[in-house]
Amino acid sequence: MPETTTSDPAQCRCEPADQAVRVTVRGDWLLGGEVPDPGACERILRDHPSAQLELKADALGRWDTTLISFLSRLIDTGEGGPRAFDASALPEGAQGLLRLAYAVGERAGARRTESHENFLTRLGKRALASLEQTREAVAFIGSSTLAFFRFITGRARFQGSEMWLMIQDTGASAFGIVSLISFLVGMILAFVGAVQLSQFGAGIYVANLVGLAMAREMAAMMTGIIMAGRTGAAFAAQLGTMQVNEEIDALSSMGIDPMEFLVVPRMVALMVMMPLLAIYANLMGMLGGLVVGVGMLDLGLFEYVEQTRRSVTLTQINIGVIKAIIFGVLVAVAGCLRGMQCGNSSQAVGMAATSAVVTSIVLIIVADGLFAVILNVLGI
Amino acid sequence: MPASQDKAQHIRVENLTMAYGDFLIQKDLDFTVRRGDVFIIMGGSGCGKSTLLKIMIGLKSPAVGEVYYDGDPFWRSGADHQENLKRSFGILFQSGALFSSMTLAENIGLPMQLYTDMSAGEIRENAALKLSLVGLKGFEDYYPNEISGGMKKRAGLARALSLDPNILFFDEPSAGLDPISSRLLDELILELRDALGTTIIVVTHELASIFTIADDCVFLDPDTKTMIAKGDPKELRDSSPNPVVRNFLLRGELTATEQKQQA
Repeated sequence: MPETTTSDPAQCRCEPADQAVRVTVRGDWLLGGEVPDPGACERILRDHPSAQLELKADALGRWDTTLISFLSRLIDTGEGGPRAFDASALPEGAQGLLRLAYAVGERAGARRTESHENFLTRLGKRALASLEQTREAVAFIGSSTLAFFRFITGRARFQGSEMWLMIQDTGASAFGIVSLISFLVGMILAFVGAVQLSQFGAGIYVANLVGLAMAREMAAMMTGIIMAGRTGAAFAAQLGTMQVNEEIDALSSMGIDPMEFLVVPRMVALMVMMPLLAIYANLMGMLGGLVVGVGMLDLGLFEYVEQTRRSVTLTQINIGVIKAIIFGVLVAVAGCLRGMQCGNSSQAVGMAATSAVVTSIVLIIVADGLFAVILNVLGI
Repeated sequence: MPASQDKAQHIRVENLTMAYGDFLIQKDLDFTVRRGDVFIIMGGSGCGKSTLLKIMIGLKSPAVGEVYYDGDPFWRSGADHQENLKRSFGILFQSGALFSSMTLAENIGLPMQLYTDMSAGEIRENAALKLSLVGLKGFEDYYPNEISGGMKKRAGLARALSLDPNILFFDEPSAGLDPISSRLLDELILELRDALGTTIIVVTHELASIFTIADDCVFLDPDTKTMIAKGDPKELRDSSPNPVVRNFLLRGELTATEQKQQA
């Protein structure tokens, strides 16, 4: 038969005795075990707010910090902090723990109190915080612009090898994913167009649709979004980790501007590689369209290519390329900004990466909207 | 003697107040560091030792006051002068702060590459020498994540020595080191001072290390938020009029005796 440990239930008796309140505990006080309701005791203690607490043990069985936590709850009951207590009748270990628990008084102001601020206060605080964030972002854009001009005039201090590494990382390594995504986007556009246009016997115009959409919009935007998720997040995480590891402090204490040394190479890498990737994405998208056009609509291969060549002018391609450069700058700025703003914990690095992606995607879409308006006004 | 050669006034911190926004950390700090001394900034946890170091090396600006290097103000001078001064500092950060994307030799070579006309070969040779000074000969091509914490610290010291600095700053050098490595680091600090004549400023609260290396110190008190003692730590331990300082330097012996007497 398995050995059973009989447990004596925890009990607590509380009685006022002239200048003091006597609390007698008995039974087993163990973590996870039954603990008596302190309500009755607390009521008695509140009726005697200044009475000393006399702690007694009567047939106290096994005990752990459950007992101490229960007793300190009683000691803290009442107004004006813990009341005086006499624990000399408790086992020595319990006396020691209580002594430790009350040896250092609570530090004034250390306890986090839940503040009940009204709606206006919270709104005001939020507004001030976002104002501060905007100020930081503007300062960052300003100093990265200055650093970029120092780069153009050849006065920036940075490592060339680092920049080539960045260019490889943002460009060549992104080839696979850019190919796949833009090929599929081209196919999707062609499908959508094919269903509508073939009803009017205008299936050949799928080539125009795919060509124009890729060149003007989709190539730059899809590449931008891929770069935001791939490279922007990586920038934020790299710079954030460097912040946590004091590496940024080490740089500035050597008299090296982190803007020149870390931000400029990343910005330049994206500005150079984004347009190249976008041109490549154009090609892949049109190829995707061609596969659908030739395979599904039975258009001739040369017919499709010729139609595409006629519809997509150099202006259209240029618009896409310029957009790609701008998107590259936006992704680099958002990624580096979030990385440099990163706090000094591992959680902050994660948040920096997340918010870098969100910020860059928002910026890309907003910028694309602005482009649409401006190009419309200019009539291009 | 011109002011810039004055041995006793090598570094002067004058009327310095440090704060984060409205939160005051330390006020009214006034002390000087002599050339060639090992100077300790000490005090209990959270008293603002590391913040003081950040102000002295130009990473954080003071709320009030100024730091003078050989009589020239740091914070009131222009960016160019600040940069020149910074180049004469070597700093060992708490975690080493090695650039994780570079090998040890590249880490040490970076300041040389940026600020001198040395060729790649010369830089590598000099970096190897700096590594051998800190006992890491042969580790040139290791990356920081391939070596232990104590080695990172020593490599960080080698990088701090990169441009043969006039002043070396250490932020808690013995934190996270075992007692033997910690002692070796102390010996290394003293040897570097004797060999190169570098002024050394150390933020620490490691008593064993303080009594081994210190010539002079300043004690920052978190309660009164100002400095409450200055001088040779051994003398302060034996004869400081302030019991808080003596208690700190005696590792809490005073409070312990008091408690025993009460009991």
